[in-house]
Amino acid sequence: MDNLKEKAFQDKIDQDTRIEPKDWMPENYRKALIRQISQHAHSEIVGMLPEGNWVTRAPNLRRKVALLAKVQDEAGHGLYLYAAAETLGVSRDDLIDQLHTGKAKYSSIFNYPTISWADMGTIGWLVDGAAIMNQVPLCRCSYGPYARAMVRVCKEESFHQRQGYEILLTLSRGTEAQKQMLQDSVNRWWWPSLMMFGPSDSDSPHSAQSMAWKIKRFSNDELRQRFVDACVDQARILGVTLPDPDLKWNEERGHYDFGEIDWDEFWQVVKGHGPCNKDRIETRVKAYEDGAWVREAATAYAEKQAKRKEKVA
Amino acid sequence: MNKDLHNYIIQLGDNSLILGHRISEWCGHGPVLEQDIALTNIALDHVGQARMYYQLAATMEPGKTEDDYAYLRTVTEYKNLLLLEQENKDFGYTIARSFYYDQFHLLILRVLKSCGNKDLSEIAAQAYKEVSYHCRFSSDWVKRLGDGTEESHRRIQRALDEFFPYTAEFFAPSEADNYMAGKYGVDLSKLSSQWSVIVENIVREATLTMPTTPYPQLGGKQGRHSEKLGFILTELQYMQRTYPNSTW
Repeated sequence: MDNLKEKAFQDKIDQDTRIEPKDWMPENYRKALIRQISQHAHSEIVGMLPEGNWVTRAPNLRRKVALLAKVQDEAGHGLYLYAAAETLGVSRDDLIDQLHTGKAKYSSIFNYPTISWADMGTIGWLVDGAAIMNQVPLCRCSYGPYARAMVRVCKEESFHQRQGYEILLTLSRGTEAQKQMLQDSVNRWWWPSLMMFGPSDSDSPHSAQSMAWKIKRFSNDELRQRFVDACVDQARILGVTLPDPDLKWNEERGHYDFGEIDWDEFWQVVKGHGPCNKDRIETRVKAYEDGAWVREAATAYAEKQAKRKEKVA
Repeated sequence: MNKDLHNYIIQLGDNSLILGHRISEWCGHGPVLEQDIALTNIALDHVGQARMYYQLAATMEPGKTEDDYAYLRTVTEYKNLLLLEQENKDFGYTIARSFYYDQFHLLILRVLKSCGNKDLSEIAAQAYKEVSYHCRFSSDWVKRLGDGTEESHRRIQRALDEFFPYTAEFFAPSEADNYMAGKYGVDLSKLSSQWSVIVENIVREATLTMPTTPYPQLGGKQGRHSEKLGFILTELQYMQRTYPNSTW
């Protein structure tokens, strides 16, 4: 019976028919999606912290407003991604609990510190840029609610990317100190941004199945290559050097060659030992715990109001 | 330049900026995702309003920009209300601070949007819509917290009590306020009783007790601030002070 169902399911996928919440789906498909969508939602929420770190120190009012609005967009993305995950039969509370207890992962990039204003630009350019590379194909992901959420997320992300790049462009035309700030920031964020595409295809445990299910459309290495190719010209316009001595055009491949990623660093951060892993989770847990009395009050109030209405009716 | 009018506009801008800055500190730390988003929205409204006021002030003072007012003035040059620089502490204090101010802010904007100064009335008309929402947000939360759990009741009552002495400053006129009353009929003394009635009604509905005190806290409009404003400006102005004369 399940075999028949599974075949019908795979046929649908192969014909590019979207899977919707009420459709039958294999348990592992459901699990894989919950894992991926919730990781994505957590990344948005934890991702608010490194940029939120500069909200009170933005260099002028225009930038302050733009940064606040950007971080708010991320909260919004988190909200509809949690909602998309909930269509698969999990609750937001359970997912948040998994984040707080370290069971669920989020994008490792947010475990790096933002130590200068230039980081607000670099995060937009490189981090949001890498996220877009990863996410645009997800707009055609086989699961309907996720694909639809991603359409909106990607629109906003590409706005963020342009905004980040524009911050850097301004620095590149500024004083010596601003140019240094820019180069230093690119030095720190370049390699972690390349790591955002995940391990090489041969070391990526979930990739093959995700491709068959059309949750994923391109391999980690393919997307990483595309990203590098796109960044080189953008770096030239900014007048910054990408910190990779092996980066050079390969005529034969029609792509840029680039150096080996430090996979030890990658796994160190993924396993929870990056520069900010502890801080990030502690901050999220504190916000959640400090807010408990507020959430309880809202629930109690809503219950009282409902009872009052009942009495009137 | 009309010094009184200019000071008045700066007073409005400073109120918006400092409260907006305080609320923006919540960004990423809210008690629940939806409230995080709502607080950020409100912070954005306030900072947006500050920009409109500072831009207007800059038209009266050749060579100045909005950022000069925000980033290059000292504590004693800031004219915001003392209440607005008080720390967020917890969600209850944040709500209490906004609740008292939002209701006052709406009353002021109602007068300003039909006052004879066209520039100010245009800004006020736009801000009025935003602040109507702020009032709904903060008063709904006063009710939820007041009539929620025992703990939330205790916490919001404490916050309302602690911040109440600062509300006297809303109605204690500065020279700029006196000028606005004489020239444009923006008369604070007429707003005081309206404010009390509105606030008291909501506090009562929230099953809370209206605080009273004979000891007001005054001075913000004259630049006599609490110790907290200096730290706000330290963060706010860090980049402009560290890298002067740069374009961002």
